[in-house]
Amino acid sequence: MELGSMYQDIILDHYRRPMHAGLREPFDAEVHHVNPTCGDEVTLRVTLKDADGEAAVADVSYEALGCSISQASVSMMTELVIGKPVSEAMDVSAEFLALMQSRGEAEPDEDVLGDAVAFEGVSRYPARIKCALLGWMAWKDATARALTERGDASLESAAAADGGREQK
Amino acid sequence: MTASSEVRAPGAGREPDALDVAAIRADFPILDRTVRGGNPLIYLDSGATSQKPRQVLDAEREFYATRNAAAHRGAHLLGEEATDAYEGARAKVAAFLGGEAGEIVFTKSATESINLIAYAMSNAATAGPESARFAIGPGDEVLVTEMEHHANLVPWQQLCVRTGATLRWFPVTPEGRLDLSDIGALINPRTKLVAVTHQSNVTGTVPPVSQIAAAAHAVGALVVVDGAQSVPHRPVRVAELGADFLAFSGHKMLGPSGVGVLWARRELLEAMPPFIYGGSMIEVVRMEGSTFLPPPDRFEGGVPAAAQAVGLAAACDYLDRLGMANVAAHEEALTEHALAALAEIDGLRILGPLSTDQRGGAVSFVLDEIHPHDVGQVLDELGIAVRTGHHCAWPLHRALGAQASTRATFYVYNTHDEVEALADGIRQARKFFGVA
Repeated sequence: MELGSMYQDIILDHYRRPMHAGLREPFDAEVHHVNPTCGDEVTLRVTLKDADGEAAVADVSYEALGCSISQASVSMMTELVIGKPVSEAMDVSAEFLALMQSRGEAEPDEDVLGDAVAFEGVSRYPARIKCALLGWMAWKDATARALTERGDASLESAAAADGGREQK
Repeated sequence: MTASSEVRAPGAGREPDALDVAAIRADFPILDRTVRGGNPLIYLDSGATSQKPRQVLDAEREFYATRNAAAHRGAHLLGEEATDAYEGARAKVAAFLGGEAGEIVFTKSATESINLIAYAMSNAATAGPESARFAIGPGDEVLVTEMEHHANLVPWQQLCVRTGATLRWFPVTPEGRLDLSDIGALINPRTKLVAVTHQSNVTGTVPPVSQIAAAAHAVGALVVVDGAQSVPHRPVRVAELGADFLAFSGHKMLGPSGVGVLWARRELLEAMPPFIYGGSMIEVVRMEGSTFLPPPDRFEGGVPAAAQAVGLAAACDYLDRLGMANVAAHEEALTEHALAALAEIDGLRILGPLSTDQRGGAVSFVLDEIHPHDVGQVLDELGIAVRTGHHCAWPLHRALGAQASTRATFYVYNTHDEVEALADGIRQARKFFGVA
């Protein structure tokens, strides 16, 4: 079956043992995102910290229900953003979005995307792109709100630029 | 639906098929397709939309090629022919239900049909005394069920938001039936309208519509029936249904997309204000105000979708030739087979009733440890098209304790071999994800 290119072992690993799962306190912002067509959903919290005068991601905690692609993607996302300055994490997010929109044509950079290069196979199945992006959209939305809380307008607008759709 | 005395094991002594499925399949060009690396298409998603026989495709094309004009307009020959075709389609659809042409309103879909009623009711507040019986406000109640497709839930919910009326609902039992234990309280003198499905698109459940309608009429409430999953699949006669309104969609019954039907009792249509305003539905228009035509034209604003109506009439012809009782019997056999085959798979829970008693051909299930979206992906790879998610029935899924499900639906062109392929595909999914 061709599905091996989408359901690589690393993706199934993250699905079965998601990283940083659970909702933790304290947090700066919480969002709830859904994928209305298939019922995938995620509640996600972001905690920011100061690192050399700029905002950085201290923690991302979450509770997610959904398919293996959406769950694995959230897990990998937390690995990629926690500890990074927000601006750098936003770059990673943009790189992942580009990969998902590449229809299998891209050559993903493992230095930037780490385990998430495995999602290259997913990009060949357009119906699953929203699954892969759910966690990232939730993280960008929560981060935008957290930055607003901090009064960090410049980064906030970058986060909100193509930030996800919040569903209460 | 006929009561089923037993559930037969797959392959065991099945009666001859009520339909000549091989001959039917030959009428559907899309069934020649292969998908995902050369697999023949196994289409088990007719509950979302049905495939079209060439008789329907030809009818729509023939209209465009020889008789196309704007119906109800123009004094030229083509206009007359287009009008005849459109009105002929209306009569054909009426006859399919055992009703009258004047009771048939063409809409875009079942969803639009139901919104038509809801907006007529909110428009009744400002429409004049003849529409008073449709006005609804604080203190009034609209009764739906937890089993409804969003099309027969959200319009009523929002009607209550617009008007201040109260939404109430029949709950669903864990077995996927309507819980009617509180019917004496839920249907009361404040109830203005009861909306109920004729067949669930998730569990296949057929609620006791006639019983509910009788109770509703006893308190003077209107009855709206969502026939999107019943009219295509079994004989429906409006005289026996007991409903005031029946909504269904052409594209789920072998017809084109973009055409649906609202059947309604004539005297109700005569008193209802319009929903969509514009050309075709007016009598006199001045800048200061307008008057509107009698029904059904009053509810058909804009140039009629005549080609699509003609396609739907051809679908009615096709189904009439098969015989709706035969269609229902064919589906019952497939559903029985599917229920038995899936019951044998470890870790699989079927949502809803487990026999074909008062239960039609939608089989939705959840699998331990594998999300429906992933199940559907494996089945897709094998050429099997099913639906995954909540199938526009989110509250029903919550009531049945499922976040989402995988759904197979059956129609005239499906075979017992395809049911076996579905069961086999599910087993392959369990292996692929390391659960089996």
